[in-house]
Parts: sequence; C-alpha cells; structure tokens
Amino acid sequence: MRLTQGQFSFLPDFSDDDIRIQAQYAIDNGWAVSVEYTDDPHPRNTYWEMWGHPMFDNPDAAAVVFEVNECRKEHGGEYIRVIAFDASPGWESIRMSFIVNRPKDEPGFRVVRQEVDGRAIRYTIESYAVREPEGQRYA
Amino acid sequence: MNDLSDAKTVTGAKRYSAGVMKYAQMGYWEPDYTPKDTDVIALFRITPQDGVDAIEAAAAVAGESSTATWTVVWTDRLTACEKYRAKAYRVDPVPNSQGEYFAYIAYDLDLFEGGSIANLTASIIGNVFGFKPLKALRLEDMRLPVAYVKTFQGPATGIVVERERLNCYGRPLLGATVKPKLGLSGRNYGRVVYEALRGGLDFTKDDENINSQPFMHWRDRFLYCMEAVNRASAATGEVKGTYLNVTAATMEDMYERAEFAKQLGSVVIMIDLVIGYTAIQSMAKWARANDMILHLHRAGHSTYTRQRSHGVSFRVIAKWMRLAGVDHLHAGTVVGKLEGDPATTKGYYDIFREEYNPMALENGIFFDQDWASLNKMMPVASGGIHAGQMHQLLTYLGEDVVLQFGGGTIGHPHGIAAGATANRVALEAMVFARNAGRDIWNEGEDILRDAAKTCTPLKQALDTWKDVTFDYASTDAPDFAPTPEVSM
Repeated sequence: MRLTQGQFSFLPDFSDDDIRIQAQYAIDNGWAVSVEYTDDPHPRNTYWEMWGHPMFDNPDAAAVVFEVNECRKEHGGEYIRVIAFDASPGWESIRMSFIVNRPKDEPGFRVVRQEVDGRAIRYTIESYAVREPEGQRYA
Repeated sequence: MNDLSDAKTVTGAKRYSAGVMKYAQMGYWEPDYTPKDTDVIALFRITPQDGVDAIEAAAAVAGESSTATWTVVWTDRLTACEKYRAKAYRVDPVPNSQGEYFAYIAYDLDLFEGGSIANLTASIIGNVFGFKPLKALRLEDMRLPVAYVKTFQGPATGIVVERERLNCYGRPLLGATVKPKLGLSGRNYGRVVYEALRGGLDFTKDDENINSQPFMHWRDRFLYCMEAVNRASAATGEVKGTYLNVTAATMEDMYERAEFAKQLGSVVIMIDLVIGYTAIQSMAKWARANDMILHLHRAGHSTYTRQRSHGVSFRVIAKWMRLAGVDHLHAGTVVGKLEGDPATTKGYYDIFREEYNPMALENGIFFDQDWASLNKMMPVASGGIHAGQMHQLLTYLGEDVVLQFGGGTIGHPHGIAAGATANRVALEAMVFARNAGRDIWNEGEDILRDAAKTCTPLKQALDTWKDVTFDYASTDAPDFAPTPEVSM
C-alpha cells in the first residue's frame, strides 16, 4: 500500500528540489518548518518524533533539505514528513504537512472488527508495523 | 405628503393621543441617530408600494420589526419605549434600481435574547416581511455587535480543529455526494462510499433528502457506511469521514441517530437547514459536547435567498449559522451549476472564514463585523464541478474549503475510485504549482495536463468533462462596483 497522509502523497515522490520549493513557500509565509519521523504511521498517531525543534528563524529552505537528509541517515527506513507551523492568532496550528520519505515496503493497516449488539461493529485500525517492537519495524 | 425626509418624531402628550400616526413620526425614523457599538444593525432593501414614501416605509420596517403596532398604544408609556424602538437612521436609493432603497435600522441589544437565533429572527424577519405597504423586502446584511456574538457557541469544531482531527493540512478537503441521491440500498450505498474514499477523497456525503426511506433505513446506511469508512481508512492510512445525515422528524429521532453515528466512530454528522434554527442550535450543542464535526446542507435556502428584491441574503444566513454553531456549510462554487456570482461568493467565504470582515460593498458586505474569536466555518463547494476546473476553484475559493465532486467522481468513465484519484491528483498538483509560484489561473490547464501524464484517471476525467461549463448570468450580484461611485 501507499500511505497517502499529507498534502502531496498522490504526486510522485519528492526530489530534494521539490522539498526545497514547498518549504520555501512555508518560510515565505512566516511559518516555522520542522522535520518529523515515525515508524508507526497510524492515521491518529499525532505525535511523530521531532527531528529537532521547528526552525523558527530559518530564512532558507536549503536548511530544511539538509535536515531531511540528516534525518534520512538515521531513519531512512521510516516515514519522514515536513510540517509548517503558523503561530498567528486564530490559527496557531499546522499549515502544511507532506511526506518526504517512506520505507521501501509499506505494510499498511488492518481493520479489527469487534461485533457487538444490534449488528454494530467496533472498529480498530492497527498498523501492521507495530506488531514488531520499536526499532525492529521495517527490518 | 410623500417627502418625509424632514419628518420629526412627535413628542410629549400628542405622541400618545389615540389614533393612527406615521411611523416616521412615532420615533422609528431618527436621521441623527448614531448607532451604539452594542446595537444590532440590519440593512434592508425596501421596495415601497407606489406612493409610499421611502422614509416612511423604512420607519415602518423599524417599527414592525420592533415595538410598533398599527396604531398608537398608551401602554408604550409604561416602558422605556424610546430605547426599545428600532431606529431607521439612514435611507439610500439603490444604485441602478428604480424604486428600491437601502434602509439602515439599529436595534438596542436588549431587544434580543442572548444566544437565540430563533429570537433574533422572529423580530428581524418576522411579521414585517408581509407588511402591505411594501411590495418587497430583503434583509441584505446585519452587523452583530461583539457583545451579542459572545452569547453564541459558534462552530462546534471550527476549521483549525477539524483539520487537526482529520490530520489534513495545506490543501482543500475533497468530498463527493453519493449518487443517485435516492434509491440505493444500504449495501450498495456503502460501496460508493468505500470506492470514493479509498480512491482519494476525504469525505463522502449523504444528500439532503436521504433520511430513512423504504429503500434504505438510517441504521442500515450508518452501518454500511462506517464499514466503508474504516476499510478505506485502513487502505490509505488517512482519517476518512462520511456525513451521516441525521435529519429527521423530531429532535428525539435526530439525537438517536447522532448517538448511533457517534457509537460507530463517525467523525462527522449532517443536518439540513430545513430542520430550523432551534434544531440546528441544539445539534451544534450536541456536536460540541461529543467532539463531532457538524455539516449543514443549506436545503431550502434558495426559496428566500436567490431573488434580489425579496427575502434574506445568503450572507445573513451565513452569519446566523456561524453564530448557531455549524462547522460546514455550502457556500457556492462560482464555476459550478448553482447560483453564485464571484464577488458575492467571496463575501460569503469571508464571513465563514475570517476573524474580522471589513466593509466591502463590492462583495455585498455593508458593515465591519468582528467575530470575536468565534470558530471559523468550513465552506463547502458543490454542484457541477470537476477536476478540469481545479485552477479556478483554488483561485476563487482558496485552501480552507471542501470541494465536493459528486458527478465529477462517480461519473468517471473508469469508476468511482478512478474519479476520486483524478480529483485528488489534480488538486495536489495545483496546490504544488501555486506554492511553487506558478500563475495557476493562466497555466492551470497545462498544469493539469502535465499531472495527467503520470495519472491515467486524471487524463480520462479531463477528456470526459473538458467542455463542461455553466456560464449563466447571476441573479444575485452586488449592487456596487469595486470602486463605488455613490458616496457611502
């Protein structure tokens, strides 16, 4: 499967230049860009690991590309995303989020159905990856 | 007789002698009045009957929407009646429209119960709309004071938290209404939901008239839809949703359906405008209490919003709905099959999404409006739109919007999932190009064609719908050009 979270997952995988262009758009809007990675891409896993702090005062997207590549050296077999954070009043949340790295094989998710009364079903979605302990996922 | 521009309020004992008196002399026309920051202000377009003076007509509207009756009553004197009288304070001829006038009317805040759209509307659009001396009457806009805005809950979730909950940022959301709108069984209906969501949409939607009919009862629909939502979520790793329409005959039925949707894990439910303002506020309160996104389909609004001379402008409905507390509301596409002039539609979108609306006559916004940190509403664009219009949609409507392609998804020659994928690829390619600094308005077709090189479903969609446009004159355009010549 292909994890399609993020704003550009239906496009071909990003080159470093694509990452730079999109990160620069964020910076030009005054948003702080950061890099995050995870080995559990569950749709409700909100808190991916932070690869350093958001780059609040960075004017140049080349630095974002540099950090993505540094992160790849340690976590190249995992998911890495770039996010842009907007601190302006009334928003104070994320403005952009896109995946820039994925494991070679994406195992995806299974649906666990618990059949309860009245034909209702309680659904659980589970990442196949998390059946292995942390550090051993995506071999 | 017909010119009352210097009409004066009659004062003292003469004001209360039994009989009939002109509204403009009873205290409902106060040309020197300066509205207080806490006043509610309404702007009406009035079309007086032949021979009825515009100022007297405006005063009558002020009177009939506040304290007046057709004759003098002495019991006024038991109240602080001058405070409770609405005051028409300004009447302007409508540019280029013979016999029509804009009347500005101010209402003291104490005329209204806090937090109640029902109470506000019972005055402002109550009896007055049937008043015989007027040929037609339209409520064009309202200024809601901060003090009053703060008595309302506002959108249960709001754009920011909706995005956080859906884990979806940086692009418009995508949806589709399940078609055919009537007749599918629950099992077949869920198939459409599954295909559309796994193909790349964020949402699917019940149509406004899907409730609980012989061909598909509501419980059945909810069960099959949630199977589809969860399957699609697992297939993509994304949060998916389907607007389960809980509209029903009674509040008890609606609460029952909403509770079931919640039990099944739905992120969103839906209601129709026809359930009424009080029911909408009740469901908004329920949605806030249950962490549920609340979608409102504006079924019925065109009966009173579309014609320029009579009714209520949609911009006013939008303001009421932001107060009432819905999260999603349909607001037009500009380019699709339903009514929507670009300038007017921009005014609606600003009302939905901004913290503060400055007066913008060219967009039909007559007043500065401070939303006092009420959550933002997500506009929904649906009705006759397709992937080939993506550059126009993104330019006109921006990023915080749900683009709903019903026919434009389900009608794809290679199936529903292919239709969904075509829309998603077109959208992401267009957002990428915009962020990269390209001129998407002029280069949009090239951008789509390039994206279609690596996406066959998009190529098929572009080939199928390339010539479809809906280019008709709008019935509800603004009265003022971008640089208004009239002094305001």
